[in-house]
Amino acid sequence: MGKGWCLFFLFWPVAAVVSCAMAPMVGWSFPYDNAQAASNLGIRIDGLFYLILFVTAVVFVGTQAVLVYALWRGSSNRDERATYTHGNHKLELIWSIIPGVILLFLALYQMNLWADFRIKKYFPEAAVKAPIAEVTARQFEWRFRYPAIGKELQPKPQSDDLYSVNELHVPFGKPVMIQLRSEDVQHSFFLPALRIKQDALPGLQIPVWFEANKEGVYDLVCAELCGWGHYKMKAHVIVESEADYQNYLKNLTQQQFYDGLGKIAANENDSESEATEK
Amino acid sequence: MSVVHPSPTGLQPILKPQAHHAPGNFFTKYIFSTDHKIIAIQFLFTTLLMLIVGGALALAVRWQLAFPWESMPIVGPWLFSAEAGQISPEFYTMLFTMHATVMIFLVIIPILAGTFGNLLIPLMIGADDMAFPKLNMLSYWFIWPAIICFGMSFAYAGGPAAGWTAYPVLADLPQAAPGSGTAQTLWLLGVTFVGFSSMMGSINYMTTIINMRAPGMTFFRLPLTIWGLFITAILQAFALPVLTAGGFMQVTDRLLGTCFFYPSGLIINNADPTIGGGQPLLWQHLFWFYSHPAVYIMLLPVMGMISDMLSCMVRKPIFGYRPMIFSMSAIASLGFIVWGHHMFTSGMNPAVGMAFMVATMMIALPSAVKTFNWTATVWGGKVEFNTVTLNCIGFLSMFVVGGLSGIFMAAIPVDVYFHDTYFIVAHFHYVLFGATLFGVFAGIHFWFPKMFGRMMNEKLGKTHFLLTFIGANGTFFPMHFLGMQGMPRRYADPYLHGYLEHLLPMNQFMTISAILMGSAQILLFINIFYSMFFGPKAGRNPWNATTLEWTAPSPPPHGNFDEPPIVFHGPNEYAVHNGDKDFLLQTEKECEPPKPSDTEPENNTDNDQETSS
Ligand code: HEM
Ligand SMILES: [Cu+2]
Ligand SMILES: [Cu+2]
Repeated sequence: MGKGWCLFFLFWPVAAVVSCAMAPMVGWSFPYDNAQAASNLGIRIDGLFYLILFVTAVVFVGTQAVLVYALWRGSSNRDERATYTHGNHKLELIWSIIPGVILLFLALYQMNLWADFRIKKYFPEAAVKAPIAEVTARQFEWRFRYPAIGKELQPKPQSDDLYSVNELHVPFGKPVMIQLRSEDVQHSFFLPALRIKQDALPGLQIPVWFEANKEGVYDLVCAELCGWGHYKMKAHVIVESEADYQNYLKNLTQQQFYDGLGKIAANENDSESEATEK
Repeated sequence: MSVVHPSPTGLQPILKPQAHHAPGNFFTKYIFSTDHKIIAIQFLFTTLLMLIVGGALALAVRWQLAFPWESMPIVGPWLFSAEAGQISPEFYTMLFTMHATVMIFLVIIPILAGTFGNLLIPLMIGADDMAFPKLNMLSYWFIWPAIICFGMSFAYAGGPAAGWTAYPVLADLPQAAPGSGTAQTLWLLGVTFVGFSSMMGSINYMTTIINMRAPGMTFFRLPLTIWGLFITAILQAFALPVLTAGGFMQVTDRLLGTCFFYPSGLIINNADPTIGGGQPLLWQHLFWFYSHPAVYIMLLPVMGMISDMLSCMVRKPIFGYRPMIFSMSAIASLGFIVWGHHMFTSGMNPAVGMAFMVATMMIALPSAVKTFNWTATVWGGKVEFNTVTLNCIGFLSMFVVGGLSGIFMAAIPVDVYFHDTYFIVAHFHYVLFGATLFGVFAGIHFWFPKMFGRMMNEKLGKTHFLLTFIGANGTFFPMHFLGMQGMPRRYADPYLHGYLEHLLPMNQFMTISAILMGSAQILLFINIFYSMFFGPKAGRNPWNATTLEWTAPSPPPHGNFDEPPIVFHGPNEYAVHNGDKDFLLQTEKECEPPKPSDTEPENNTDNDQETSS
C-alpha cells in the first residue's frame, strides 16, 4: 500500500511539469496565442519569467523526487529503528547558502529591468517630454484625453483637447507615455499583451510609458477591484503606424469640432461644450 | 490573578493560575468553560462550521465562473429569487469578499491559534491551564460578535463588496459601492472583533509559554509546535494594533467624514463628495503591515505542528531542531518588512519597491530551509502511510508549489504582470488551502485521540485525503495558467474580453474539481462525529509520541496531568533504544545512548546538547 501512495505523490509533480511544458503548445501561456509580448520591455519581462521558471522547475523536480524517494525507502524500511540523527550542519549550510545565492542573484539581476520600467529617471526622454494622452479610469470605463494636434498635453483640460472613450490609439515603434488618473475609486490599467500594469490612484497622476513593437488591437482591462462592474471595463488599445495614428487624431478633431456647417471649429472658445463627452 | 510558586525542583519559577474550581454544571463545563481543552473544542466546531459556510461561498463563486449568469441549481432560486436564481455582478462581488473573509478571519486564524493553540500550549509545556483562563474564554466568545457582524452585513445590509482587502476609496466612501453602505461598516466591526479575540489569545499564549513551562522545559526543549504558536503570538501582538488603527480610521471616514483615505476632487456617482485631503495608499500600507505578517500567522503554527507530527510518523528526530526555530524567527522578522510586495503596482514609489523586492526574495530562503529539513526528516525514516502521514506529505508538496510561485511574484517586473491575476490566487491557495488546511487535517487526526479519547477512522480519513488532494490540485493548479493568460481576479465574467474568451472549459474543469473537493469534506465531518462517539478507545499515547501531552490521560481531566511533569530532554527523541520502545518521552529520564552504528559521524559536534540527559 505504501508504494501505491508513493506513486500517487509522484504523479502530481510529473503532471505539473508535463502540463507546464505543454502550456505554450496548447495556448495556456501568455495571451494572444502565446505570442511574444508586444513591447520590447515585455519581451525582457518574459525572459526574466522563463529564467525563474527554469530555476523553480529544477528545484521543484529535485525536491519532489527526493521526497518521493525518501518515502519509498522509508515505507519498505524493515529495520527495527529509523536512523537516529539530529541534523547535519554541513548539509544545512550548503542548502542555505546555495538558494541564498540564487535568490540574491535573481534580486540583483532584475534591478535594471525594474528601473527601466518604472523609475522616471530612466524613462526615454522623448516620451517623458510629450505624454500622448491622459487616461482617466472611472466606474466603469476608460476615458482618454489627447492634446490637439501639434500641441502638448497640459495637466488641466484644454478647450481644444480631443477625447475618446474605451479606445486608445498609439503609434508603434516609439516610446510613448500616458498620464494615468482615476476619477473615483482605484482602478488598474492592465495591458496584458504589453505586460503593463499600473494602478490608477484617485488623487495622483502616475506616468506610465511603453513602446509597442507590433501593430494590433489589444485588450485593455481593469485589474483592481473597482465595484460591481469591475469585469466590464472593456477597452482596446489600437497600436498603429505613425501615419494612421495622425489620421486618427485628425478624424477625431473633425468629429469633435464639427459645427454642423462643414467647418472645423477647433481653437474656438465656444467649443468647450462639444469637447465634453456625452 | 496568578501566584508564583517556587518549582519543586528549583529549576525555574512557574506561574500558576489560581486553582479554579472544577466545573459544576453543564453551562460552566461546556458553554462558559475556562478549561483550555473545552475552549479548543469550541473553537474547533465553530471553525468547522465556518469552513462549511466559506466553502459554500467558494462553490458559488466557482459556479459563476463555470456557468456565467446561469441559474444556480437548487439554492439559486431560493437565494436570489429576484434574479431568477442568477448571480448578479453585485452579488458576485459580495460572494468572493465574504468567502475570503470567512476563510481567513473565521476559519484559518481561529482554527490554528484558537483550536490548536488552546489545546496544545498548556499540554505541551506541562501546565495545567492557560495563564488567564477567563481571558481565554473571552477570546472564544469574541468570535461570535464577529460572526454576527459578518452575517448581518451579508444577509441584511446589502453585503460588503470591496474584497477582503477593503481598499479605499471603494470601501471607504459609502457611495462608491452601491449597496455596501452599512454593510461595510459592519464588516469592519467584525474584523475588529476578530482582532480582539486574537489579541486576547496572543497575550495569553505568550504569558503562558514564557511563565508556565514545566520544570526542565527550557526554551530549546519546547516542541516546534509551541515555537510556531509562540512566534505567531508575537507577530500578532505587534501587527494587529496597526490593522485595528486602520480599521478605526476607515470607520470614522465612513461615519464621520474624516477622509483619511480619500483625496479631494473625486466624482463618484456623478456627485462630488466635496471633502477630501486623504490618501488611499495609506490604507494599503496599514492593511498590509498587518496582513502580510498575517499570512504567516496562518502558516507558522502549521509549520510547527507538521514538524512534530512528521517526526513522529517517520520515527526520527526532526532534522535540525534549532535551524527550524531560527528559520521560523527569520520568517517572522522578515515578515514585517516585506508588506510592500503587495503594492508593486500601487503607485508607491518604485524605488522603494526594490528594497521590498530584495527582502521578499530573502524571505523565501528560510521557507526553503524548512522544506529541506522536513525532507531530510523523512529521509532514513520508517514511514507508515496513515492519514496523518498522508496529510503531512500533502502539506509538504502543496507548500513547495506555493513557495516557488512566490518567487515569480517577488521578481517585481514579473509580478507587475501577475499582480491581481489568477496567478496570485493560485499562489495563496496553494499556501493557505494547500499547506495550511492539510496541516490542519493532519493535526485533527493526530490530536483527536487527545481531545476526545477515541481514534478516528483510517479508511474514511484516507479517502478524505485522497479526494481532497485530487480536488485541490485540480482546482488550484490550473489557476497558474489562467494567470499566465492574463485573467484578472474578481471578474464576474472574464469571457467578455476577447483574449479570455477561450478560458471557459478550463474554468469548468476547475469548478468540477472544486465540487469534488467540497464534497470530500463531508467525509471529514462524518469521521469526526462518528469517531467522537464510536471510535476505538485511545490510550494515553496511541502514536508512541514523545511530547508531554501524551503522558496525560486521553482526554486529560480538568488540570491536565496526574502529577506535574518534569522534562529531561528535547521533544523529538525517536529512533532511540529505550527498552523495547524506539522513543523516549520528554518525562523519561533513562536514555541509553544510541548505538554508534545508528549515529552519523558528523552528529557528534551537533547542536543538540540537550539530548544528553
Ligand atoms: C509561506 C507562506 C506564505 C503565505 C501564507 C502566503 C500568502 C499569500 C497571500 C494570501 C497573498 C495574497 C494576498 C492578496 O492579495 O489577497 C500572497 C501574495 C504574495 N506572496 Fe505569498 N505567501 C507565502 C509565501 C510567500 C513567499 C515565500 C514569497 C516570496 C518568495 C511570497 C511572495 C508573495 C508576493 C510577492 C505576493 C504579492 C503578489 C501580488 O499581489 O502581486 N509569498 N501571499
Ligand atoms: Cu476599474
Ligand atoms: Cu476594476
